Amino acid sequence: MSDPVLAVERLNISFHTRRGVLRAVRDLSFHVERGETLAIVGESGCGKSITALSLLGLVPEPGRVEGDAVRLEGRNLLALPEAKLRRLRGARIAMIFQEPMTALNPVLTVGEQIMEAILEHEKVSRAAARDRALALLERVRIPDAKRRFSDYPHRLSGGMRQRVVIAMALALSPAVLVADEPTTALDVTIQAQILELIDELKRENGTAVVLITHDLGVVAEHSDRVLVMYAGRKVEARATADLFARPLHPYTRGLIAARPQPGGGRARLAEIPGTVPSLFAMPAGCAFAPRCAVAEPACGVAVPPLMPAEDGAVACIRAGEIHVPEPAREALRA
Amino acid sequence: MARYLRRTIAQIAFVIIGIAIINFFLLRLAPGDAAQVMAGEAGSATPEYMAALRKQFGLDQPLYVQFFSYLKNVLTLNLGYSFRQGMPVSDLILQRLPATLLLMGTSIAFAVSIGGMLGLLAARQAGKLADTLISALALLFYATPVFWIGVMLVVVFSVLLDWLPVGGMASVEAGLTGLAYAADVGRHLILPATTLGLFYLAIYTRLMRASMLEVYGQDFVRTARAKGVRPRRIAVRHVLRNALLPIVTTLGVQLGSILGGAILVETVFAWPGLGRLAFEALFQRDLNLLLGILFCSSVVVVLVNLAVDLAYTALDPRIELS
Ligand SMILES: Nc1ncnc2c1ncn2[C@@H]1O[C@H](COP(=O)(O)OP(=O)(O)OP(=O)(O)O)[C@@H](O)[C@H]1O
Ligand SMILES: [Mg+2]
Repeated sequence: MSDPVLAVERLNISFHTRRGVLRAVRDLSFHVERGETLAIVGESGCGKSITALSLLGLVPEPGRVEGDAVRLEGRNLLALPEAKLRRLRGARIAMIFQEPMTALNPVLTVGEQIMEAILEHEKVSRAAARDRALALLERVRIPDAKRRFSDYPHRLSGGMRQRVVIAMALALSPAVLVADEPTTALDVTIQAQILELIDELKRENGTAVVLITHDLGVVAEHSDRVLVMYAGRKVEARATADLFARPLHPYTRGLIAARPQPGGGRARLAEIPGTVPSLFAMPAGCAFAPRCAVAEPACGVAVPPLMPAEDGAVACIRAGEIHVPEPAREALRA
Repeated sequence: MARYLRRTIAQIAFVIIGIAIINFFLLRLAPGDAAQVMAGEAGSATPEYMAALRKQFGLDQPLYVQFFSYLKNVLTLNLGYSFRQGMPVSDLILQRLPATLLLMGTSIAFAVSIGGMLGLLAARQAGKLADTLISALALLFYATPVFWIGVMLVVVFSVLLDWLPVGGMASVEAGLTGLAYAADVGRHLILPATTLGLFYLAIYTRLMRASMLEVYGQDFVRTARAKGVRPRRIAVRHVLRNALLPIVTTLGVQLGSILGGAILVETVFAWPGLGRLAFEALFQRDLNLLLGILFCSSVVVVLVNLAVDLAYTALDPRIELS
């Protein structure tokens, strides 16, 4: 196996607030290969967005990022000074956000905003940047791109704006594209088009994609592997097909069971009874135990370690009993 | 655009007529009428003389006839006659208006540019020493009465240091022309413009800081960061351009009060503008002149507001003139 383009090792993110220390992400490790899509799923507040932002070094105050490493093409971003990190942002790792309506600057034309991404990183003439920006608009299939180029964002629909954001993110052919719920705010038909577009561009450029979503339908169709998060921790990581065929963690099973059947609309992961414990005061043991149907006293004692399982990993002491795994062939590199 | 212009012109007409109405009834409310005033000045108030005067001024006509003739006068910029100054009111106002516009324009430019810059600096250094200093200074200027600042500036820079003139708009005895004259007026302008501007400088510093910080929290700034845009470019190109919008709005709202402030400052610095004229008119009970100034100031405020509107549309592409 070649080195992954992105490898996250024991990432911890905490917010030091007046109410105390909120530990949003704990000991999170994962990696993404070239040309691969890793989906990150989990309930609202489990730390998906903040993890995504940490990959670009954009965790807002009062957030604190600690950990062994966030390695992008071999470079540890956690050890880079801000000026060097800035040069990688947008160039080697780019991001698409959830809200296309507010993601663009209202007082600059879409063309200018795409050109800016190019001009910030490369020494090219404005004319060359303009040509490239226009080509990008065409590539993300914005109709009438020439005219749209000098339009302000408010004249574009949500789907069109998201295409502009994608064009901007892909302007410098980054190695990794982080998409934080890129279609949640869009209509179902537009959603599918945008996800197709991301897939297509990924295939063309060999970009690795980190796709954050609430929607298990999206996960099933557009990802190669899945990382399931619960209350800031990774609870399961598997190949997508395996995960849907044989979910190991009780939480994952809950998610899949709660998923509406095809045609039933979008899945919102809110159907598992109970609520996530406060991130300010986590229970000693498994964070899911209070909501878990198969929990036993031992679950409340210590946080269950991640165990290799079926070409992936799961953090549940009962996973083995409930589902007899094939002998772990190869411990996934976390 | 045509629709916008039509609407704006209708608005201006509405405001002007409204002010004319208020003026007219203020005139009626004041004890006595022009005939009495005139007669009082002439020193002979015989009933025959008064009646003659009333006939001459049309004061014997029904109220609505008087009102329409007043309105006609106003619309033709015939604002009446100042008996105290022995000049038509419109001539007096036109003489004094440029000085006031110069003072207001300079003060606003000073307050918005320096205030904006300080606010930007404070926002970029939020929570650090520079921010604390700027914010404290802004609070100080905000809280200090304008006249007190004016007097202190005169005491320090004119009386103690003798760097700048105490008042007036030009050195009378020098008889300067051209550039030398402009420089002389500039020297006279510094203290009054600073006095009038400091309070607004404080306001715009605070406003710009708050506005910048708010824009910094918006999604598109995060997008720009994710693109790898340099912090300085983010501050100017992305944040500042958006943060200016509330500043422009506030400026439009505050014009009236800035004009009010100008009256006070003109009085302190013997600046020969509309404000001082109004002050004199008030003390001499020169009602015609006072109402003329009131009318004229309202028109100025309306027109400058129009300019502010246009500036706003230029800054924000989401607003279209319609
Ligand atoms: N600026 C902040 N200050 C304090 N806490 C924060 C901040 N940003 C995020 N958090 C906390 O970090 C946790 C993770 O937030 P995050 O936005 O990553 O959740 P998420 O998984 O993306 O949820 P969603 O599905 O709703 O987008 C949340 O509990 C949130 O309260
Ligand atoms: Mg999120």
